[in-house]
Amino acid sequence: MNFASILKMMSEQDSEFFEKTSQRRSLLKDFGKKIALTAVPFALGSLFTKAYGQNGRGSARSTDSILEVLNFALTLEYLERDFYKQALDNNAGMPFIPAAQLAGIQSIYQHEAAHVSFLVAAIQGAGGTPVSGLTFDFTAGGAFPGATSSYNMFLAVAQTFEDTGVRAYKGRAGELMGDNAVLTAALNIHSVEARHASHIRMVRKNNTGDPLVAGNPKPWITGNASNVGTTAVQASYNGEEITQQAGVNIAGFVSGDAASESFDEPLTKDQVLAIVDPFIN
Amino acid sequence: MKKENLEQNQVEEVLQMSGVSRRHFLALSGGLAVAGIFATMSSCKKDKDPQVMPDGTIDLGSGDIGILNYAYALEQLEAAFYTRVAESSFSSGFSASEQALLTDIRDHEIAHREFFKAALAGNAIPALEVNFDAIDFGSRTSVLNAARTFEDLGVQAYNGAGQLITTGDYLVLAGKIVSVEARHAAYIRDLITPNSFGSADIIDSNGMDMHKMPSEVLAAAAGFLKSKISGNNLPTS
Repeated sequence: MNFASILKMMSEQDSEFFEKTSQRRSLLKDFGKKIALTAVPFALGSLFTKAYGQNGRGSARSTDSILEVLNFALTLEYLERDFYKQALDNNAGMPFIPAAQLAGIQSIYQHEAAHVSFLVAAIQGAGGTPVSGLTFDFTAGGAFPGATSSYNMFLAVAQTFEDTGVRAYKGRAGELMGDNAVLTAALNIHSVEARHASHIRMVRKNNTGDPLVAGNPKPWITGNASNVGTTAVQASYNGEEITQQAGVNIAGFVSGDAASESFDEPLTKDQVLAIVDPFIN
Repeated sequence: MKKENLEQNQVEEVLQMSGVSRRHFLALSGGLAVAGIFATMSSCKKDKDPQVMPDGTIDLGSGDIGILNYAYALEQLEAAFYTRVAESSFSSGFSASEQALLTDIRDHEIAHREFFKAALAGNAIPALEVNFDAIDFGSRTSVLNAARTFEDLGVQAYNGAGQLITTGDYLVLAGKIVSVEARHAAYIRDLITPNSFGSADIIDSNGMDMHKMPSEVLAAAAGFLKSKISGNNLPTS
């Protein structure tokens, strides 16, 4: 979101904003300082949250933007939870997950279910309405046949969901700045998604003879390689190949592969929605 | 057209209120885009710069610089650990595949360390002296247990530090790093006990990692450091 559109949004949704900020001299001083130090959208976002967060009259506005991020996260968590649920239900009827891997999959399912419960409660607690009634097609219209009933495809889709989840939380964490409790909760979920991704990737690495495994999967993402033998998941990996961070050439310190692996990259809201859309009925 | 003018007026209104002229503002923002986010850091002198105090204690500094130095300190510790692992313990029961992935982790931690060093430039704390007396680098179990401690602590540290960061770009950078630490943590944990990548000792009933604030993390890290570190000037909320 750019500077102008944030201003536009604020002026449309609360004409009191400017009046409010003008009453806050110390805050504005801080804002001026931040403009000099940081990217403008972040500075404004921060001012924005503070202006409303400290004033009961305007608190609804900042809550709205946070609720939107939380509902976005909830959508992804529903996708993941229902995916593992369907796979585990299918496995109970006709086992396809090796016994040695079942505990790990159950553990991931429990985490995703807990994320759903937490986000629903958080959204309701803030006076919002959690998204509901979502149903999914985990084959994405036939692109991933057997996603919840065939082991190799299940692992490929699981890896993609987890890696996408990591990038999705990362991409929106900045919008939660100023609300410490919500930001910290999002970060604490984000790293769990990364743990899941790491685990699933190693399961795939050790899944001897898996025809859907391409290249050499590792717990981390090398370049923009999906390590899945279909281009259908590539959008979840594009952009991961970056080896420059904040103007610093990481490939000057370590190999290009390690440079790309050592930093996970965010996805924008729109990129994530485009990736998950084929899975939502 | 009318709407655009309105927006522009509002921009100028905000800028006037904040004491920044529009021209000055544009010059600043344009400069930032070219120079990159860390270029301005040396001019970002806060109350307490990072420094070595008379008794040798390294003070991390205050504000975002302090938090970045805090991350730099932790990355120094991790990089030093895996460098020792790669040098000394690959004869002690690690398969070729494990050796390759542990070497990757070493390189990731070196990348993180060197990134913070380069980004902090003149604001960086000095190189830390480590103390790994408690680790038996000839023992697979000892090495993996230490690795698990470092990785889980790293995840908890970054998760706790997020709320202390005031600059959005730094928050994103911390986010880019913490998920890689979490990938490491899960891999190491699974090596120790299969399927323990997210077991209940580190993940709570909400399915969340735990977070730790700098005071707690620095206390835990102190046992592995000869250098004394102070986070007394770090933000606490």
